[in-house]
Amino acid sequence: MSVFNNTDLAAFKNVWVFCEQRQGKLMPTDFELISEGRRLADELGVKLCGLLLGDKVEGLAAELAGYGADEIIVCDHPLLKDYTTDAYASVICQVVEELKPEVVLIGATNIGRDLGPRCAARLHTGLCADCTHLDVDVDIYKDFLREASTLPEARIATMNTAKVLGKDHDVSRDLKMTRPAFGGHLMASIICPRFRPAMATVRPGVMKKAAFDASRKFEIVKPNFTLAESDIAVKVLETVKAAKQLVDLTGAEIVVSVGRGISKDVDKGIALAQELADVLGGVLGGSRAVIDSGWLSADHQVGQTGKTVHPKIYIALGISGAIQHKAGMQDSECIIAVNKNDAAPIFEIADYGIVGDLFKVAPMMIEQFKAFKAEK
Amino acid sequence: MKAIVCVKQVPDTSGKVAVNPDGTLDRASMATIINPDDKSAIEAALRLKDATGCKVVAVTMGPPPAEGMLRELIAMGADEGVLISGREFGGSDTFATSQIIAAGIKAIGFDAEDIIFCGRQAIDGDTAQVGPQIAEKLGLPQISYVADLKVEDGVVTCKRLLEDGYMTLQTKTPCLLTCVKELNDPRYMSVSGVVDCYSKPMTVLDYNALKDDPLIEVDTIGLKGSPTNILTSFTPPLKGAGTMFDGTDKETIPTVIAKLHAKHLI
Repeated sequence: MSVFNNTDLAAFKNVWVFCEQRQGKLMPTDFELISEGRRLADELGVKLCGLLLGDKVEGLAAELAGYGADEIIVCDHPLLKDYTTDAYASVICQVVEELKPEVVLIGATNIGRDLGPRCAARLHTGLCADCTHLDVDVDIYKDFLREASTLPEARIATMNTAKVLGKDHDVSRDLKMTRPAFGGHLMASIICPRFRPAMATVRPGVMKKAAFDASRKFEIVKPNFTLAESDIAVKVLETVKAAKQLVDLTGAEIVVSVGRGISKDVDKGIALAQELADVLGGVLGGSRAVIDSGWLSADHQVGQTGKTVHPKIYIALGISGAIQHKAGMQDSECIIAVNKNDAAPIFEIADYGIVGDLFKVAPMMIEQFKAFKAEK
Repeated sequence: MKAIVCVKQVPDTSGKVAVNPDGTLDRASMATIINPDDKSAIEAALRLKDATGCKVVAVTMGPPPAEGMLRELIAMGADEGVLISGREFGGSDTFATSQIIAAGIKAIGFDAEDIIFCGRQAIDGDTAQVGPQIAEKLGLPQISYVADLKVEDGVVTCKRLLEDGYMTLQTKTPCLLTCVKELNDPRYMSVSGVVDCYSKPMTVLDYNALKDDPLIEVDTIGLKGSPTNILTSFTPPLKGAGTMFDGTDKETIPTVIAKLHAKHLI
């Protein structure tokens, strides 16, 4: 079957980043993706474009450009004020068909993961979900595998080509999209060799934000599109921001997390962890068991199905270290684990493992860290 | 009125996971379960049945043993099972999978007042893509991350979770919803359901049953119909073992603090 995007792949150029805004405010992950997209665009030798949809959002363009975008594609329309799957998918697909990007990156937020699959299905292209690493350049990709995988060198050396429908395919211009699967037990690198654009949703908090450069020059592009009220089958009745302050785990420099080990006195366990976090200027997190038991709200969850964090210091109190949890915190700079069980898997990745009862160890930590801070 | 529930049988990734030497998952050695988010989907459909008496059809795509899972769903209260199964469907990515399941749903038939329920995502792939892609292939409105649901006279009102709050969304049937665990507490199989589950209808849709649907072409299903390819899969290396301390030793915490300080972490 021949469709518009699998006959002349060379007609597709440039890396696009969908820049999500809520209530006229850009999402932090937009800057991470623009920064990462800059690197990919340079590897491909093409332009990096931010794709901005909303109502009167042109003013946000300069902020995006400062992180590395050459061009901001602005689609302004009153019906794009609030996110709706129908309006956003319609406009994005029209613009993609018109301007033909080679790569489209979308933040894997709840909205991005609603929008991405709908667009990929309509455009007839591949979408890789919730990526944690992206590459174009094969040599850089191979170096990544040498560091991040247990693959033998002989296998890594073959990565210039892939078997695609029985034929050898040169992957040098394909986006290599790497993501965890099976709850983090396995990693997989995915390509989209026969269709364009290659699309990826990218996990928030994983890509590093570049330095902001206010002097960067950029262009604004305003493509044509059509959009009518009748295109939108799902109406937004209201958007409610959670009243309480949600924890910002992904940006935290220090995270103190609790696991099932607090079960004998949940309130005290959480209070200790919170106090330790406060002493260190950190944020409180929890394992899936803690969230599933209702001991902490879902915005505290660290792990494959929760948030990915890479703080300077990660303190795990009473967390056994299921793969699910490790997937969300193993890239922390320094991991301190406290667990009664000296065989707990968390100790396999801990820089400092403390075998002991968290109800005894945590108070000592609070006291000693306080003393240390007072000395300084 | 009818509720169609899309369900996936998945390896239980929360338990022991076995990986083959070539880096693929040793599925044979792992227990299979009903995907957790899909249980919220089936429960939502069963509550609609409790309230309206509508029919609940559980659909899955998978190998023949997945029929056992459909029987479990019937024992929970579903009225019939549909197993989409065929060698031709193997190797499908989310795009190709949604082509096939959409064709299966068309074969079952859906009417103006029907609702299709899916789980938000499956724990083996964690993509959350198949639900929205089925909706696209069927030309239906979708609401994902549904945490609260009201259905009245063909009007569907949902609370859709966001990271920093929620949206209240409204649409009309027919539509597709993807459900999260916050939506409900799934029920267990009932004793009478278990007794009766083998007497309820079970349909198998194979390639021949679906091949006349325009969604089903050689290059839109299976490996050939999948826009994505796996370049490689691999297991991450274990981080080198760290230093272990005794939590009852008074010197432990000061030593750790000194090390953190030496590394300029604090």
